[in-house]
Amino acid sequence: MSFPWAEQYTPKNPVMVWIDEKLPLPRLAYNAVGAGYPVPRNLNYFWNFGVLAGLALMIQIVTGVIMAMHYGANDLVAFSTVEQTMRDVNAGWLMRYAHANGASFFFIVVYLHIFRGLYFGSYKAPREMVWLLGLVIFLLMMATAFMGYVLPWGQMSYWGAKVITGLFGAIPVVGEPIQTWLLGGFAPGNASLNRFFSLHFLLPFVIAGVIILHIWALHIPGSSNPTGVEVKGPQDTVPFHPYYTAKDGFGAGVFLIAFCALLFFAPNFLGHPDNYIEANPLSTPAHIVPEWYFWPFYAILRAFTVDFFFVPAKLLGVLAMFASILLLFFLPWLDTSPVRSGKYRPTFNKFFWILVIDVLILGWLGGAPAEEPFVMMSQVAAAYYFAHFLIILPLISRFEKPLPLPGSITEAVLAKYGKTDGATVAVPAE
Amino acid sequence: MVRIGAFLVGLFFAGWLFISFLIGAVAYVSEPPVPTVEHEFHKTPKHVAYSFDGPLGHYDKQQLQRGFQVFKEVCSACHSLKFVAFRDLEALGYNEAEVKAIAKQWAIKTPSVDPATGEASTREPVPSDYFPKPFANNVAAAAANNNAIPPDLSLMTKARHHGSAYVYSLLTGYQAQPAELLKKFPDAKTPEGLHYNPYFANLNLAMAPPLSADGQVTYGPGQPKPTVDQMAQDVAAFLTWTAEPKLENRHRAGLATLIFLLIATGLAYMSYQNIWADKRKAA
Repeated sequence: MSFPWAEQYTPKNPVMVWIDEKLPLPRLAYNAVGAGYPVPRNLNYFWNFGVLAGLALMIQIVTGVIMAMHYGANDLVAFSTVEQTMRDVNAGWLMRYAHANGASFFFIVVYLHIFRGLYFGSYKAPREMVWLLGLVIFLLMMATAFMGYVLPWGQMSYWGAKVITGLFGAIPVVGEPIQTWLLGGFAPGNASLNRFFSLHFLLPFVIAGVIILHIWALHIPGSSNPTGVEVKGPQDTVPFHPYYTAKDGFGAGVFLIAFCALLFFAPNFLGHPDNYIEANPLSTPAHIVPEWYFWPFYAILRAFTVDFFFVPAKLLGVLAMFASILLLFFLPWLDTSPVRSGKYRPTFNKFFWILVIDVLILGWLGGAPAEEPFVMMSQVAAAYYFAHFLIILPLISRFEKPLPLPGSITEAVLAKYGKTDGATVAVPAE
Repeated sequence: MVRIGAFLVGLFFAGWLFISFLIGAVAYVSEPPVPTVEHEFHKTPKHVAYSFDGPLGHYDKQQLQRGFQVFKEVCSACHSLKFVAFRDLEALGYNEAEVKAIAKQWAIKTPSVDPATGEASTREPVPSDYFPKPFANNVAAAAANNNAIPPDLSLMTKARHHGSAYVYSLLTGYQAQPAELLKKFPDAKTPEGLHYNPYFANLNLAMAPPLSADGQVTYGPGQPKPTVDQMAQDVAAFLTWTAEPKLENRHRAGLATLIFLLIATGLAYMSYQNIWADKRKAA
């Protein structure tokens, strides 16, 4: 489905006409990411991150498939095969560092994509399904990243796997059998490594499938935009190609510059030194920490230090950590304000930025050692996280008085660029 | 309904976290955490400048050769280097014949099988062999080293925070336990058989000071004086190379990639502005 004024695919080349009759795949691409998809003309740079996430997934799949050709999924050799890939395989070091840092950049762009959605109300009707599928992708990404981190079989791989699967052990009665079943043993070992490798290879393709659903669901109402005002006519949109392909091309360039700067000049900056020590079940690292992109959730997990009557603190932490992600699935029904964009919501706006700072603090605390005063700080920060989504947001949407919205997207654009004759005016700065 | 449920869940988590915070805060105030000896006396590594620092850094082959010499004459008696092969030494500037000779004359022999009897034996290493391990297994390593297993050094500079600086600081950081420490923490006296070193995570390590005197290793003509400080710097540089042998390729490839990307992104920006020009005029 699309707007009635969308451009139609009309192949001229006889080969393309022939293909279009038999399998209209070029037509599908044309309507999905070509000129046949009308997009609001006022998208800002925050709308680049969806495409960048797709690019990051492709980088991961390409480097990952090559890494898999040289990897031995066996606890006796896993660590050395990764090392040999870096030393003796042509450009093996590049594949390895690109894959490890690619995971970080995938999360960076996805977090920006999610916060874009939070600020501009992209989760609201009629785009709830886009949001829900996006969260499914996020969960799959987390599972994939976690299992991928285990594969090099370093100290953090091993102990991370032990801690994370140990979370299931906190569930009463069935917890320990579940943990044993997940690991294929009583502690991480060869069985765990093999299944993690198998799933780590599978899940990215599942993610690619859900991305197709995510984009499909997006194309039904069309993309949201920074004003939150729906498209009213052809003057509000531009064809995705060439307008947003050009903009995404520039965005991809900036993304790759940042990615390559880290990859080539500080490839271990985001990693943990302990993962260059081979896994040793007899030696526990001083501080077990997951990769940085899990730190906010790890801080929530560790913030629970007091039992709630018969519920042990550890179980509370596990429940809270899962709840901190699952609550996002309810967001479209928690925030009932009819105004989408945070630009026109003065109260929401302030709390949004408090949330951003809160999550950054949680991230910092998740990487800090589990000692005071970090634990107390994470308790306050985690309390705000839950209060924000479950208490403050529903109340704001009830009592807030939004600012007046522009009449249309075009009106907002014209207000930005001014009513000049245009011919003599250079391109204004963004 | 959703909002009432959410409110209750939110109230529960936020409330319980707040109560936990209060309990923690009371404990923190009534019983402030006692500073540990590691907390007070552990030092972050000293700064040391290397040719491979920075985005365009490269290895100093002379320094790597000196570092290799220190490794050969001092470290290799106890530490393995299992991810490095003799053939890799060509990157240090040795030619094929020299590498062959280094392998042949290596003090530790490569485990092998006697072709006549099938029994375990040893043979002289060849360039394609990895550096043979000084101990047959961890039990032997522990037995020979006061129950502490000397770690493999291939990845040491990547397996510790501040890598090269850490190795250098550790090697030059041995000292007598400060009197101040013993006064403050009388129980923290370095146990018999261990050695005090403020750069080591728990301050006492099993390894005796490996570089104990200037001139312990004899450097060739034209090289700097083999002071303990110089030897420590050199061997730390060598171990940086063993951990990251592709550093120079990485820096070169990175520079070329970034130049390409900057030009490509500049062009992409110009085409973006060009395509959008008509949409940015007033209607």
